[in-house]
Amino acid sequence: MLSKRIIPCLDVRDGKTTKGIKFKENVDIGDPVEMARFYYEEGADEIVFYDITASSDRRDIMIDVVRRVAEEIFIPFSVGGGIRTLEDMRRVLLAGAEKVSVNTAAVKNPKIIADGARAFGSQCIVLGMDVKKVEASDKIPSGYEIVIHGGRTYMGIDALAWAKEGEKLGAGEICLNSIDADGSQQGYEMALTPLISENVNIPVIASGGAGDIDHMYDVLTKGKADAALVASIVHYGTYTIRQIKDELHQRGVKVRMRW
Amino acid sequence: MVQDNPMIAIIDYKAGNLMSVERAVKKLGFACLVTQRHEEILNSERVIFPGVGAAGKAMADLRHLGLDKVLKENFELGKPILGICLGAQIILDNSEENDARCLGLIPGGVKQFPRPLFSEGNERLKIPHMGWNGVNLRKRHPVLGGIMPTDEFYFVHAYYPLPASDEYVVGTTGYGIEFPSVIGYKNLIAMQFHPEKSGTAGLRILENFCMWNGHYAE
Repeated sequence: MLSKRIIPCLDVRDGKTTKGIKFKENVDIGDPVEMARFYYEEGADEIVFYDITASSDRRDIMIDVVRRVAEEIFIPFSVGGGIRTLEDMRRVLLAGAEKVSVNTAAVKNPKIIADGARAFGSQCIVLGMDVKKVEASDKIPSGYEIVIHGGRTYMGIDALAWAKEGEKLGAGEICLNSIDADGSQQGYEMALTPLISENVNIPVIASGGAGDIDHMYDVLTKGKADAALVASIVHYGTYTIRQIKDELHQRGVKVRMRW
Repeated sequence: MVQDNPMIAIIDYKAGNLMSVERAVKKLGFACLVTQRHEEILNSERVIFPGVGAAGKAMADLRHLGLDKVLKENFELGKPILGICLGAQIILDNSEENDARCLGLIPGGVKQFPRPLFSEGNERLKIPHMGWNGVNLRKRHPVLGGIMPTDEFYFVHAYYPLPASDEYVVGTTGYGIEFPSVIGYKNLIAMQFHPEKSGTAGLRILENFCMWNGHYAE
């Protein structure tokens, strides 16, 4: 039986990890390579790096981070943020990432998903979706809308329709981030997550809102998520990955317990 | 040329990123070479045959590079060979994916997961099978030495190998159905999961392979 994955997410700016609270007031908390190795040894099933480096001429720093991480950890990891072209994907994958995540670039140019899947395989392409709850309407029947710019720009695209479209275009996985829940530590978005997960045939990683292990239990069971992203609760040491897995295991969630 | 370590050839036929396999083998302290040159493969002491992507394209590329014959030759020489992911599929006779005729090193075929697929608890299962899962060992094999029933490995696939006889099945994995996830025959051992991305348990398998003499007595 497949295990539910626990995936720490590291925001990286100019080669350093930060922690974003609702995408504001980022605080430097360390070296991404060190942190990746720490989480690898603690039993993380995968690691997500999100590059929030502002200027594109500093992107080589991230490629170097990816290369060093790949020498240290032997589990899959993905890189998102600033991936706009096939060439951006190629550089990250060749540096050693297992997957690339496209978000804004895919909204603006959905063809990048199909092109990436054709060039590198669907298993490499993660569709990152930033979603906000809105009033359900003809245009947004699910009541969840795709946003970009950290939630400041509404795109007029229904989240459920976009998830299905992404799957059709060749995305191998969806990382579903609720902007409303992100940084709140009040729990994952429990209506949105099963809505997406039950309507696509690719894995869905729930992102945004993890504050305690109950939240993780809920999203991996009732929420139908295949994996749960964690950030603050592990970065600030509220729980270790091992504590999270021990408790989930005790409560009957299948997780990988030996590493 | 004198080698401190037996040289391992990682076969390069443009089927996905081979660097993670290379990095893992090097991390374990073994010398290896990513290559498609026939003489380098022939001169190696052991061969790793990885691959991601579609069976049809992979077979076309292998034939184009003449590597189908090289692999067969190396297999017949008794050299230890490790197949990974797609490399554990196209060693069989044929694949349902692209209706591809494959290498035929082990009798059998490659099947697609049935759709829809349901768990024992009657939940719909997604395809591809992606993530960490266990392996139920059916036989003892030197390359799987030290692997515990609770160890898990990283899988990403929509097709699985189905040898013609159980005698080739070393381990199975449950995902809606119980499918062969490790298959072996003589000096060839192959696994559907990615040992290079499966943490310490995966590294252990790679290390075992790097020291295996190719003998497998059931």
